Amino acid sequence: MSHPVIRAEHLGKRYRIGHRLRPGTARDAIAGAASRLVGALRLGRAKAPPDQDTLWALDDVSFEVTPGEVVGIIGRNGAGKSTLLKVLSQITEPSTGFVDVTGRIGSLLEVGTGFHEDLTGRENTFLNGAILGMSRVEISRKFDEIVAFAEIDRFIDTPVKHYSSGMYMRLAFAVAAHLETEILVVDEVLAVGDAQFQKKCLGKMDDIARRGRTVLFISHNMEAIQRLCTRGLLMDRGRLVQSGTIGEIVTTYRAAEQSLVETGRFNTRSRSGTGWARVSDIRLVDERGAAVRGVPPENDLVFQVDLQLSNASTSGASLRGLVVELVVLSDQGQPLLSLMNVDDDGRELPPVPSCTMTVRLPGPTFIPGRYRLNAFVGIPHLEHVDEIPDAFEFEIVEPERPWRPYQLHITRGIVCRKAQWSCAATDSQFAAPKLPRCGSEGGFV
Amino acid sequence: MIAAELPVTRRLRPSQGWSTRTLSELWAYRELLYFLVWRDIKVRYKQTLLGAGWAIVQPLMTMVVFTIFFGHLAKVQSDGLPYPVFSLIALVPWSYFASALAGSSTPLSGYQHIISKVYFPRLIIPLAAVIAPLVDFAIGFVILIGLMAWYRIVPGAAIVWLPALMLLAICTAASVGVWLAALNVRYRDVRYVVPFVVQLWMFATPVAYPASLVPGRWRAIYGLNPMAGVIEGFRWALAGGPAPGVITLVSAAVVGAMIVGGAIYFRKLEGTFADVI
Repeated sequence: MSHPVIRAEHLGKRYRIGHRLRPGTARDAIAGAASRLVGALRLGRAKAPPDQDTLWALDDVSFEVTPGEVVGIIGRNGAGKSTLLKVLSQITEPSTGFVDVTGRIGSLLEVGTGFHEDLTGRENTFLNGAILGMSRVEISRKFDEIVAFAEIDRFIDTPVKHYSSGMYMRLAFAVAAHLETEILVVDEVLAVGDAQFQKKCLGKMDDIARRGRTVLFISHNMEAIQRLCTRGLLMDRGRLVQSGTIGEIVTTYRAAEQSLVETGRFNTRSRSGTGWARVSDIRLVDERGAAVRGVPPENDLVFQVDLQLSNASTSGASLRGLVVELVVLSDQGQPLLSLMNVDDDGRELPPVPSCTMTVRLPGPTFIPGRYRLNAFVGIPHLEHVDEIPDAFEFEIVEPERPWRPYQLHITRGIVCRKAQWSCAATDSQFAAPKLPRCGSEGGFV
Repeated sequence: MIAAELPVTRRLRPSQGWSTRTLSELWAYRELLYFLVWRDIKVRYKQTLLGAGWAIVQPLMTMVVFTIFFGHLAKVQSDGLPYPVFSLIALVPWSYFASALAGSSTPLSGYQHIISKVYFPRLIIPLAAVIAPLVDFAIGFVILIGLMAWYRIVPGAAIVWLPALMLLAICTAASVGVWLAALNVRYRDVRYVVPFVVQLWMFATPVAYPASLVPGRWRAIYGLNPMAGVIEGFRWALAGGPAPGVITLVSAAVVGAMIVGGAIYFRKLEGTFADVI
């Protein structure tokens, strides 16, 4: 067995919640306890803060990687995968433990870092290469290859601010992909560009892996992980749960995901409103009516909303005009869609103390990812009876069977719909015989 | 292909502060430093009307204003030099210093995208901010030479000290810049404080007046302001002003201490930049 290139021993990374999010001002520091101030000024990190304020993004992680291994790191969001890569690539320091790294590490945590809008493609290639750790000689030697890979040879001397976003991403990836470090750390970068370019990127990764370099790879794309990696590390809440062949790890991960029939949490933290009618629970349910955390994109999206009404309100006219609304938001908080009980053939609230409303959004719905719901009960523009931002989180999971369109990706839209396509010849000479309709199974809005 | 040299093993662990690795690492990343400086220079005057002309206009206009108000109206002494030369000799290194400080008190947050994605010795960022304004300095220096020629002032033998003084000026900017950059990551107050402090600092420095106005026994203390030593040195080396002596020596000592302290402090904080920024 050869000497490991990466050896992590009891690696831990602690964040102080709140402090991680924003840098302090001197005033905050002065306002804080004197001891904390001394600590903060002395080292920039105070002595071990009380437990409730800390979050262990990595907790006692130990593993080894031998040269030439392609290791996939798998885990749910917040499992510590990205933090691990950040520690390995020296972007942030561990709080406890250590890692021994042999050789240069190139990180592809995000492409295009350091690109400057006013500089040309050529200039940015050199700048970006230098930031990623390439020498000038190395970049000059690979320059033609990079430009060819990015397919932008005609625009290489144009400032990148005039590039289309596709060209920009292609160049950025091309530079990063030509890093020749002994160890390469990759975090979901394959998610750039169009399908064809993604294919090319995967091919490039294949290439890198086959040339015997050590690669650490994070992705939520199990297919890509299984194809590229030989070994896997499964992480959960900062801990390394399992290490083994990639097949084993993916199987464990999938099984864990299945058994996690964790219904999304109904969350009323920032509820407001007059409150005579209230949402008491929201569930996402599957075809059989069982609560689930996620559904695949092709299925109908069905929510159940439990409502409680106070007695006084069930009798009178106040129910008229009362609207129940769910707003679907992307994980980044962009509102995507509003579902209202009074739309089209919606249902009015019955005059009963409690009821369950069901809303069904026919599939296909959204691309795989995390989504949120805002809930609203009230009379639009008049009365907020119950308003709950971020009331519920749910997931659209990977499609259960191969499903067109194959490439469900954020750059191609978030909402999936079925569209009707047809075509007819524009030249009357060819108008008859009538052309058959060209069908399509799906498209993106 | 990768150079055949045997890869070295590095141990990444909780921060240990300054280590011998620092210098070798800075050396290893010298090309990045070069590229960052080059980018700064390249981008600085993009989309401005005057372009590099700004490097000429700023010290020149200040000189004119100083000459009118301090030279002619207030009749400030100028060590026997024509006041325009007297003030421009000081303004050229001073405006270098001021723009190096302005540069190093903002950049870390401007680089946050890179800092949270890629590793390199972060010291490079304030260093680049200190090196880039040297171009402006060079332009200003050419104008200074022109002005001296106009007044037929020929430097004496002391001019051999000029490179050393220039180095002192760069080190002064670097020592303050490194501190500012590190503090700025933690305390965003820095960016508001700097323009104000630079303004006050100029009056604590013999830019508009000669250091000889300061009583003799206070000279050594005056030298605690490293820019006082730099500017007095410049006047002496270029135009035969009074020899700065103790002021410049004290300044050099102060700069040495600040640059070491700043680098250690910076290194200590460095590992947490990505978390805080």
